[in-house]
Amino acid sequence: MRYSALKILKEGLTGNRGWKPVWREPEPRAEYDVVIVGAGGHGLATAHYLSKEFGVTNVAVLEKGWIGSGNVGRNTTIIRSNYMLPGNEPFYEFSLQLWEGLEQDLNYNAMVSQRGILNLYHSDPQRDAFARRGNAMRLAGADAVLLDQAGVREMCPFLDFDNARFPIKGGLWQPRGGTVRHDAVAWGYARAADSRGVDIIQNCEVTGFDIENGVCRGVETSRGRIRAKKVAVCVAGSSGRLMEKAGIRLPIESHVLQAFISEGLKPVIPGVVTFGAGHFYVNQSDKGGLVFGGDPDGYNSYAQRGGLPVVEDVCEGGMAIMPMIGRARLLRMWGGIMDMSMDGSPFIDRTPVDGLYFNGGWCYGGFKATPASGFCYAHLIAKDEPHPTAAAYRLDRFRHGAMIDEKGVGAQPNLH
Amino acid sequence: MRIPCPLCGERALEEFTYLGDATVKRPAAEETDPKAWYDFVYLRDNPRGPHRELWHHLHGCRAWLEVERDTLTHEVFDSRLARERGTEAK
Repeated sequence: MRYSALKILKEGLTGNRGWKPVWREPEPRAEYDVVIVGAGGHGLATAHYLSKEFGVTNVAVLEKGWIGSGNVGRNTTIIRSNYMLPGNEPFYEFSLQLWEGLEQDLNYNAMVSQRGILNLYHSDPQRDAFARRGNAMRLAGADAVLLDQAGVREMCPFLDFDNARFPIKGGLWQPRGGTVRHDAVAWGYARAADSRGVDIIQNCEVTGFDIENGVCRGVETSRGRIRAKKVAVCVAGSSGRLMEKAGIRLPIESHVLQAFISEGLKPVIPGVVTFGAGHFYVNQSDKGGLVFGGDPDGYNSYAQRGGLPVVEDVCEGGMAIMPMIGRARLLRMWGGIMDMSMDGSPFIDRTPVDGLYFNGGWCYGGFKATPASGFCYAHLIAKDEPHPTAAAYRLDRFRHGAMIDEKGVGAQPNLH
Repeated sequence: MRIPCPLCGERALEEFTYLGDATVKRPAAEETDPKAWYDFVYLRDNPRGPHRELWHHLHGCRAWLEVERDTLTHEVFDSRLARERGTEAK
């Protein structure tokens, strides 16, 4: 079933009785070519690109809960490609390009809204750092504009430009950044993959791997054993727990990151605004709520809820840079569990076990990476060689000193 | 979350900073096998459940603590001075 304006009109006039579920609920079969573990954004995107770009359709995506019940439903919906290092920037720019064509590719309204992202700077050295980052972005084909104070003032007159500690001197503006309706990303990918025969199996928890002589031949699940030529793990947040069952220790710690939304307001914020110096970033959802967040809580956690000190810290950051936010009431707050890697960058790689693939370590930046992560993971699974833009995301890069540390803080996951 | 400091009593989370897993063992200085260093610096068990970890009572008595805490419920079971457990803070 393809969506179109005509179809919506027809259904509207006939009581909306013709809509059908957009993916099936199949029973797991005994064997697949590829089993993807985890039906979040990345797992479903992997299934979509495997079936569409690489012709692999005998695929199951296993999910212990319901699809999109993890971080694809918990993030702050921002897309951007404002990275700096050569191992990262081409990948994230590839991802942004896939976002730009996503809705046509999926025939699904994911509400991709390129309203721009603005990173504020407060000092000359920070301006120099942003100029360097902007140049690195443009070298990789992305867009970046360095704004002075007047440029920021025109865009966001409500900011506290004369803040005593962090006066705003300008910002790095990426016009093609923006936001996407996060749940629709999971649903759109699920629908597209399902339409090409991929089995999406919910309420099916992987409890172990079927490994014989160093070769992975399938998975044990809460709904029985499923054999597979290739098993692709894609469960960021729980990567450590699952890979332990395959006997693999990871350079990852699980941490909690909180996010917040205010009551709905009239449009006040033009795009995404980030105040890195004060650990605060904000955008406005299509329903009008101010979606905002800050730093991770900073300690190992699987709780999917954070603590009050970080709530206070984030709200102080908001009040410091955007005092008008004090007039809005907080509606909801929640937490998600992230794979924090040792250099702040992700992994898309084979593992020491033949036939077992790993995708994880997305830290707090997994949502924007969803399309490229799925595409590059599918490339790796189908061809057994990394996609050129994801070639640096090796699982053993720390062994060779090839870390991709954007912030330069070293092997300390809670500081990335 | 509140953390009991053996010197100061139960204190609020804001007074502490976090280092990480207290079970990884720093190899001896003369160790030349890169794998031992790789394991120590980069690899973690990352358990869901009880976890022994190093906290610094930075805005208090500045002691390094080894705390046993559940990473799923945030319940704190035990807290001692790191030096008394023979664990060196980095």
